[in-house]
Amino acid sequence: MSVGIVGYGAYIPKYRIRVEDIARVWGHDAGSIKSGLGVLEKSVPSLDEDTATLAVEAARNALKRAKDVKPSEIGAVYVGSESHPYAVKPTAATVAEALGIVPDTTAADLEFACKAATAGIQACMGLVKGGYIKYGMSIGADTAQSAPGDALEYTASAGAAAYIIGSENLVAEIEGTFSYTQDVPDFWRREGAPYPRHGGRFTGEPAYFEHVVKASKGLMERLGTNVSDYNYVVFHMPNGKFPLRAAKILGFTIEQVRIGLVVEKIGNTYSGSSLLGLAAVLDVAKSGERILLTSYGSGAGSDSFSIIVRDLIEERRNLAPSVKYYVERKEYIDYALYARSKCLYRG
Amino acid sequence: MSHIAPPAHWRRAKERYRLLGSKCENCGSTFFPPTKVCPKCRRKGRIVQTEFSGKGKIYSYTIIHSAPKMFEKYTPYILALVELEEGPKVMSQIVDCKPEEVKIGMAVEVCFRKLFEQDGEGIISYGFKFRPADNSWKSLQ
Repeated sequence: MSVGIVGYGAYIPKYRIRVEDIARVWGHDAGSIKSGLGVLEKSVPSLDEDTATLAVEAARNALKRAKDVKPSEIGAVYVGSESHPYAVKPTAATVAEALGIVPDTTAADLEFACKAATAGIQACMGLVKGGYIKYGMSIGADTAQSAPGDALEYTASAGAAAYIIGSENLVAEIEGTFSYTQDVPDFWRREGAPYPRHGGRFTGEPAYFEHVVKASKGLMERLGTNVSDYNYVVFHMPNGKFPLRAAKILGFTIEQVRIGLVVEKIGNTYSGSSLLGLAAVLDVAKSGERILLTSYGSGAGSDSFSIIVRDLIEERRNLAPSVKYYVERKEYIDYALYARSKCLYRG
Repeated sequence: MSHIAPPAHWRRAKERYRLLGSKCENCGSTFFPPTKVCPKCRRKGRIVQTEFSGKGKIYSYTIIHSAPKMFEKYTPYILALVELEEGPKVMSQIVDCKPEEVKIGMAVEVCFRKLFEQDGEGIISYGFKFRPADNSWKSLQ
């Protein structure tokens, strides 16, 4: 039995703040930040948007593309995020209710920094393949938090991507998945703390690169594929530089990375990041083309997937807005309005 | 209003999350919020639940500058009567739109947003709001 993607959907809030506007407030050099991070601007949620609302918007787009799927046929809903609105009360139940998936379904919130939703896809693959459910949905959504003035403030943004997993009417088949996980203290947020902390440079070699590279290599070894078998490759995008370096280490070309690199104008959407990159690839990929997707979550782990695009993509991709549409739909705000929308003031 | 009891929130959640109203199968009238009795057909009416498409236009609007406490952080905001394509008029904030851009007759589409929250520890109420309809994504693809 083949298992794969039946529908996918993206969502990015309308508002943006430029690196210049953040750098001016803190006296940083915008030019060196832009060239150092490979990010020019980032998305900012409205005051009335949070992880649950972003997840619903992306999930509605996924359902539009999976037009044969009735909400009542979705037997599992997982929302991966590190910014769930409640500490206790599942975002996934709100999403399931808003989409009419309730009540005959399982639902849960997942947390593994930026990779929780790819773990959700793996769970859906298992439930579908085991015959327990017909379809499952996994959504990566975040309104990422960053301490004012911290380096993270230049990239921590908001966005969501939703995937419906099943075994019929596939727009893309998932031919294999492999994960690589270790306990690495590169980025964390304690219970009740408003902002995450990170290990600075330590987030690179022993964290992001170790896991992204080993998960990708592990998957290709098990499937007997190599870098030249892939038309596109998508990695988690904490900034614009890390995925390019990971690609270089593994031997991929810039051309293979380019389409899925959606960080320069929206920032790091955390749990949405690699899955928005995959959506951007599915927006343009042709039947028969192969995609390597490797997520990364601090703490630390990577899930790698090998995906083959099917014919049905041609008629389904135009049923909902593309990632490109959301990236280009924007209105700039300054730091004062950004501080208001992120509630950086105390009151 | 500073406190919403969980049952009051829960009773209206389905209609707010999915824009669920009611329809009389006898005369075809649609209602929001949902009704149990058709005011036209009375006992001949056959009321069923219906999910509205979320497409509509602005019937009228006002700009709120002085808001109740739970909406203060959104001011100035647009509060509109939206006429759904199925007929009923619903009251909603218009988002992703500046107060100077809103017009009577403007096409709008439903979106899912936070409606209000009691405080840092209370329930968050979610539901429909409307934003300007944008079909430009169709020509981008």
